[in-house]
Amino acid sequence: MLGPYFEDVLVQLGINVILALSLYFPLSAGQLSLGQGGFMAIGAYASSWLTAAQGWPWPAAFALGTAAAAGVGALVGLPALRVRGIYLVLMTMAFGEIVRVFFLNFEPTGAAQGFRGMPFVTTLPLVAALALVVAVLAARTASSRVGRAFAAIKRDELAAEVIGIDVTRAKLVSFSVGAAVAGLAGALWAHYVQFIEPEEFGFHRSVMPFTFVVVGGLETYWGALVGAAALTLLPEWLRFLKEWRLALYGVAMLVVMVVRPQGLVDHRLVEAVRRLVPRPLKEGAR
Amino acid sequence: MLAQQLVNGVMLGAVYALIAIGYTLIFGVLGMLHLAHGEVFMIGAFVGLVVATHLSGNVMLALAAAMLATGLLGLLIERVAFRPLRGAHHLAPLATTIGAGIALQETARWYFGPEQQGFPATITLTLWEVGPLRVSSVQVFILAAALALMAAVHLFLARTRAGRAVRATAEDPAVAGLLGVNVEAVILITFFVASTLAGAAGVLVGLAYNSVHPFIGVQMGIKGLVVMLLGGLGNVPGAMLGGVVLGVLEVLGVAYLASSYRDAFAFGAVMVILLWRPEGLLGLRVQRRD
Repeated sequence: MLGPYFEDVLVQLGINVILALSLYFPLSAGQLSLGQGGFMAIGAYASSWLTAAQGWPWPAAFALGTAAAAGVGALVGLPALRVRGIYLVLMTMAFGEIVRVFFLNFEPTGAAQGFRGMPFVTTLPLVAALALVVAVLAARTASSRVGRAFAAIKRDELAAEVIGIDVTRAKLVSFSVGAAVAGLAGALWAHYVQFIEPEEFGFHRSVMPFTFVVVGGLETYWGALVGAAALTLLPEWLRFLKEWRLALYGVAMLVVMVVRPQGLVDHRLVEAVRRLVPRPLKEGAR
Repeated sequence: MLAQQLVNGVMLGAVYALIAIGYTLIFGVLGMLHLAHGEVFMIGAFVGLVVATHLSGNVMLALAAAMLATGLLGLLIERVAFRPLRGAHHLAPLATTIGAGIALQETARWYFGPEQQGFPATITLTLWEVGPLRVSSVQVFILAAALALMAAVHLFLARTRAGRAVRATAEDPAVAGLLGVNVEAVILITFFVASTLAGAAGVLVGLAYNSVHPFIGVQMGIKGLVVMLLGGLGNVPGAMLGGVVLGVLEVLGVAYLASSYRDAFAFGAVMVILLWRPEGLLGLRVQRRD
């Protein structure tokens, strides 16, 4: 059917889409996290330990890994609600580094040597299905009461509170859902490459979803999707430039921000596309 | 033993402080985080290495060349990653500076290769025993250079016209502009000064650890952010104090607890401080513009 190369690229694309959406959830309520790598590590390590060392079936291990990330997300999110803006960015950055250092020293999962032994689970259909589930969740949330509450908080937290939104709960939910989705991305990644080590979940990994969302656009979930797709596929197309691949990636990010600060996709673009397509394809009748 | 650790900690902390002062100056004036600052530091280390290896063994010359080069690099980064974003969302410069940082890392990796490079020994190594303490000539040079640079920054900010303009702009850019301060010039001066300090720190770290590689800026950059936070965002004396606090904390943690958790101390401290005293250790006026 597909060549192994294309399949590999598509699996990475799916995981990156999930990772990008993991940042979209907290961001839709005005919270930026640069610690998604930490949640991804928790999902990856928890699920891998369950399948490799405990012999659990993968669906249960994935579910528990995702739940573990969500739980830690709630624990971090609770105090993090007190800080906002750049302080929250710094706090989540610190959290991501703490998780990395923790797994670097945690013997049961191999510490610095990394961890292996998990089965190969992450096939292209599975990634595609889960990416679709998360994308639909994002789309349904955006047009729901909860999503509108998130948007109100993002615009003006005080005003949102005044009109009766439970800001604390909404922020906690958005943060934990984001953490859970990052954990899911981690579980998928671990059961794809079948070897994980703490260093791959460092600051660099946390920056990835941020670049996806910023380049794609902060305003809608379409931004996260387009950003993840563009930045996953761009390096593949630019592969002929070999050594300059990553540098160009950085420059492309810079250029997009300068030329189009709201990112590639904004509300206007989404509306324009909707008008072109007579029947909305993604959203069913509600 | 304790005194020895304190000396090592202060030495390390002085270097952290140099990086953090740069962050905090830029944050104070623009209210934005400069996430390529760690890469400016890395470029400074490499410029120092090239000058010391190929041009002259004089460490002062290497230091001066690194500072000049990174100062100019800072101006370039301001031009491409900050100036086009005036008035944009406060998260936008995070993206442009991360992009610029990746570009700088990759350029260094392409030019110098990904592996560690030995930093030439430009200072004759002498060990002095002062009571129970053992201090090397390299350590003394690092500490002296860092202190001299911090004193220079302090005098610049406190005593010169340009320094006063920087402080006024940090206080309120709009009012400073109305009062005749050339805010654009102040921003350029701030970037130049901040970047020269990072470049100097790069050379000092190269001297301290004898090795440089294209990715040293990542960890150092994050440590610098931690220190800035300890001191309070936009607070220059706070950054100096924060550097020493973090340096001592790390060295003591390694000596008396577990060395492998070294980096966790710093970041654990950040989370505690953010929750307990978000305005930083010194608790002076904080810039909040988000």
